[in-house]
Amino acid sequence: MSKLASTDGAAGWEHFEHGADVGLRAWGPTLEAMLEQAGIALTAAVTCPASVRPSERIAIEIRGRDPETLLYDWLNSLVYEMAVDRLLFARFQVHRRDGGLAAEAWGEPIDVARHAPAVEVKGATYTALNVSRLPDGGWLGECVIDV
Amino acid sequence: MDTAKLERITATAWRIPPHDGMHVPGIVYADEYLIADMDDKVCQQVCNVAKLPGIVEASYAMPDAHWGYGFPIGGVAAFDPEAGGVVSAGGVGFDISCGVRTMLTGLPANRVVEVRDTLADALYAEIPVGLGSTGHLHVVGEEMDAMLLGGARWAVEQGYGDAADLERIEERGRMAGAEPATVSDRAKTRQRDEVGTLGSGNHYLEVQQVAEILLPDVAEVFGLREGDAVVTIHCGSRGLGHQIGTEFLREMVETAGEHGIALPDRELACAPIESALGRRYLGAMRAGINCAFANREVIGHLARQVFARVLPEARLDLLFDVSHNTCKEEAHPVAGESAARRLFVHRKGATRAFGAGDPALPEPLRAVGQPVLIGGSMGTASYVLVGTPRDGGHAFRSACHGAGRALSRHAALRRWRGRDIVNDLEQRGIAIRSPSMRGVAEEAPGAYKDIDAVVEVAERAGLARRVARLTPMICVKG
Repeated sequence: MSKLASTDGAAGWEHFEHGADVGLRAWGPTLEAMLEQAGIALTAAVTCPASVRPSERIAIEIRGRDPETLLYDWLNSLVYEMAVDRLLFARFQVHRRDGGLAAEAWGEPIDVARHAPAVEVKGATYTALNVSRLPDGGWLGECVIDV
Repeated sequence: MDTAKLERITATAWRIPPHDGMHVPGIVYADEYLIADMDDKVCQQVCNVAKLPGIVEASYAMPDAHWGYGFPIGGVAAFDPEAGGVVSAGGVGFDISCGVRTMLTGLPANRVVEVRDTLADALYAEIPVGLGSTGHLHVVGEEMDAMLLGGARWAVEQGYGDAADLERIEERGRMAGAEPATVSDRAKTRQRDEVGTLGSGNHYLEVQQVAEILLPDVAEVFGLREGDAVVTIHCGSRGLGHQIGTEFLREMVETAGEHGIALPDRELACAPIESALGRRYLGAMRAGINCAFANREVIGHLARQVFARVLPEARLDLLFDVSHNTCKEEAHPVAGESAARRLFVHRKGATRAFGAGDPALPEPLRAVGQPVLIGGSMGTASYVLVGTPRDGGHAFRSACHGAGRALSRHAALRRWRGRDIVNDLEQRGIAIRSPSMRGVAEEAPGAYKDIDAVVEVAERAGLARRVARLTPMICVKG
């Protein structure tokens, strides 16, 4: 579990250790902000997010209500789009809709020379999957990704 | 791992007595050093697997076991369909049928040394490697379904591979019972440009030298000669397998309650073998196995093309091709019983290791046993082992699969720089080719357990015997 007790209204992310793979931890004042940060943490497992230009936009829709399943589905949708269109994403905007999420992600095709991708993400897992509320009302999300 | 709660039953095996709802004991194969270094979470995961319905005999961990998803990596567990046994998407993992193949060049290693950099550059140029790479084939529609049904046979029919390879692949290159219709469109879309790609992470193609022969009679049957060069490929079912894993894991988590299964960990998501979902997963997972077979066959063919140009005398005959993330229907006697039962054996980061005389093995391997290929990491050795004949009580004829990680990627990144590792290995005569220096640092040789200790314990535990030790000369890394 994170030492994090408060977001102070800010959003952020970090990686935590997992035996063979990478743990993502993201937080924000809202569920949407937390999911956006989780998207950046996902990119950061592959390359430096600042190296990715937000030149192309894709839309993602996710159905469901359970926050943990939303995090699982959100990360796996991004993994799918990264794999199929060979994209990396730098910026995210997540909106809550009735019955799920509507999101946009901005990025660009992988440039091996510039991005030097360290790993390919196979999928987000249920290992250490956790979405919880912080004492200040903020949101915390954690997930281990298989790389 | 805290050994206070473990019973040491032999010099190389530790028993975890059933407690807190475990149906069977846990058995961890390790000596006192490996067990001391093993994460406590391995013990917890071994115990969790023992709580799943229909498990028989024991929940096993191989000497290379480390913290995985639900199952430990290096976990073996068998389930009886007649006893409500389950099939677990988490127990197979995301990279379905990830595995290793080794091909014999028939040439002494010094012939490789003479052309080492040319060969390394050509392999790196020809074999699609790393994130964002695409294969030489674009596979869609009926062709995709044919690949998912045909496995390595499909690849050979397409002109990528050699018919003689097939009997040197588990299931003779084609997994029966695959159902392409149970594989989602998203999984197929993810694979359309990934057939014949190596992937990234710990996947690699290495040109290795046979540094030491440990079991001369078996080595001779395997065609392994000291000082010769071999080519080893480690990769799996690519995006298709990952997507099948992602989707079925989610569905099995959502429906576990309906099947009356209380999951000790969501990542152990499973369904009864005798249920619609269980059967559907088996059909999709077997299609994933065929995808991995086809993938390694195509990459093997690409490697042959490169050698034909750079070192035309090389043969590249397939020694064998093993898978280490699977669930297979097999007949085994359960310890204490004489008749074999039909079981669904999950090997998660573990290798099938059939012994001499097994009818599943082709001649001439049947006389000595199955080659068990143990992958190392860039700077470390790899091994060829051979399966040993056994009856029950030995993890359903399974062995370890690699060195196993000792340090997380995070910890490795803090400790090493990729460029330093490449330079260090170059000093030792090993050429690395990789699109990512960060990837090289994350896969640093020092981040892995001591593979020599792992295979030595596997041998002392009776899981397999050491035939040859291989050391790298060229490593193409994703």
